[in-house]
Amino acid sequence: MTVAAHPEQVAGGTPATSGRRVLRALLRDRGAVLSGAYLALIVLMALGAPLISAITGHGPNDFNTAAVNTDLGGVPHGALGGISAEHPLGVEPQNGRDILARIAYGARVSLIIAASATALTTLLGVVLGMLAGFYQGWADQVICRVMDFLMAFPALIFMIAILSALPQGNRPVLLVVVISVFGWPYLARVVRGQTLTLVNREFVEAARASGASTGALVFKEILPNLRSSLIVMVTLAVPGYVGTEAGLSFLGVGVTPPTPSWGQMIASSVGWYAVDPMYFVIPGAFLFLTVLSLTVLGDRIRAAFDAGEAS
Amino acid sequence: MARYVIGRLAGVVVVLFLVCLFTFVLFFTLQPDPAVMICGKTCTPERIDQIRDVLGLNLPFLTQFFGFLGGIFAGRDYGEGANLVHCAAPCLGYSFQTNQSVMDMVVERLPISATVAIGAAVLWLLIGIAAGLLSAVKEGTWWDRTAMGLALGGSSIPNYVLALALQYVLVVQLQVLPFPQAVAFSDDPVVWFQSYLMPWLVLATGYACLYARLTRANVIDTLAENFMRTARSKGLSPALTMRRHALRPALTPIATIFGMDFAGLLGGALITETVFGLNGVGKMAADAIAKNDQPVIMAVTLLAAFFVVVGNVVVDLVYTRLDPRVRITAR
Repeated sequence: MTVAAHPEQVAGGTPATSGRRVLRALLRDRGAVLSGAYLALIVLMALGAPLISAITGHGPNDFNTAAVNTDLGGVPHGALGGISAEHPLGVEPQNGRDILARIAYGARVSLIIAASATALTTLLGVVLGMLAGFYQGWADQVICRVMDFLMAFPALIFMIAILSALPQGNRPVLLVVVISVFGWPYLARVVRGQTLTLVNREFVEAARASGASTGALVFKEILPNLRSSLIVMVTLAVPGYVGTEAGLSFLGVGVTPPTPSWGQMIASSVGWYAVDPMYFVIPGAFLFLTVLSLTVLGDRIRAAFDAGEAS
Repeated sequence: MARYVIGRLAGVVVVLFLVCLFTFVLFFTLQPDPAVMICGKTCTPERIDQIRDVLGLNLPFLTQFFGFLGGIFAGRDYGEGANLVHCAAPCLGYSFQTNQSVMDMVVERLPISATVAIGAAVLWLLIGIAAGLLSAVKEGTWWDRTAMGLALGGSSIPNYVLALALQYVLVVQLQVLPFPQAVAFSDDPVVWFQSYLMPWLVLATGYACLYARLTRANVIDTLAENFMRTARSKGLSPALTMRRHALRPALTPIATIFGMDFAGLLGGALITETVFGLNGVGKMAADAIAKNDQPVIMAVTLLAAFFVVVGNVVVDLVYTRLDPRVRITAR
């Protein structure tokens, strides 16, 4: 197995080798490889959503009343929710939209929102956590109070209240902002704690004594030492964001129709689950496997980093 | 100790005040005019003005806000003269939709949410801790790997997916359970139990999986401690070392997390209650949000925040009892 290593990473010593060691440990782990493969498939599906539509000939919002039995209230023709060569994952009851196309386009929405929420949460968490830990004093006081306040907030109820109160606007952006605003304290708390201990370590003292600027202290001395716990915390948080987005869409305050999203698909299947169970099984299974894969991957990454620290 | 408690309680009041203010500002600035909504389709401008007058919606923001706060502690009056309505002390206003007193609605629905939360908590504590302990004792065996694999899977199922799947299998296909109904325990204990069983299972699954993993990790960490080696070298049996020495330090952190999770649930299990049609606080919140019923949303947000903040304080106080290393010293 060869890993393409950047020259500066090799020259850097410890970070590069630990990164490669973690990657190697993950490639040896069956659970991690399977999870990674599934996630790669979902990403490909999301990227290739227009291609999938072009091949099957069904867009995510194309009605196909020929595929449903209008005499029976719109139950799909055929077994298993209308699975056929034409519709590999079946069709929606009533209007006959292709489920494969909606799953693929829904994956786009879910992944973009989860990825953006992760990026924004990480940015807020790292910046504010390090500010509090590095400067301490009143900055620490203010940031800690804000974190306590946000963590005491009934986040789900409040997210729903905000999203339902806000005018329609750009839903995905609102979702990302709301998830991040309530998500960053959990990361910032850890970053703050670690920064507090790092600031007093000898190597930081040495750098400061040799005249390093604040920027150099933060980016060259402290941030690299937070790397492994950041990677672990962030990967373990991603499945939560995927679940939150789907949950909010399920409750009807997330992505608005006609844009498809997995949570919304499950929500609309509630009225049909007795006659057309596949309608909720398919988006439910995609959502479950995505969250599971992300959780397994996060878990294995943590185990790999922990093993490195122990040795 | 007394000083510490008073300090913490003051913190509770401050956080609740801020939650209140924050929610109020949000609705004050973002919501469409409630008077228009209450008035409905057949509405005249005079009627809208009248509603605004009675509810005090024409008053400046701060007057409205302190009117609401004052209502909670001292009660408040709506309207004047013959139309005067007095809302007694813990007053949270009246629902824009049903004109019911919000306090009465909360009192009526809180027991349902509490039943859901307590039943689920009993289940997940029993299953989660037992599975975690067994896994820790049998670390690395077939049982450990299976249980932890299941726990990872179980914590990844979104609870509405699990709710629908369970309802399909148990109610529609196997027909071993009826559809959940709103029945009091005193009326029909059997139907009551059957109606709550699925919500309990759905809520407990995610938490039980999480607690199993936490318990296992904590017990394994504790078993590696020096005092455990001492206990074993004294010749105590494995069961006795576990009972006398390992359980307390291993389970104390679980107690903290449990307190927070349980407090969070008391404010309403929004998704589970909605899927199963249980009329708890969570469903009340979902309905109120769907209909922009501002006083009800305010009340639920406050209630949920109250449980979380108070739960936080209770957990910290209990922790000082459970873990002698963090006793609070008089300063």
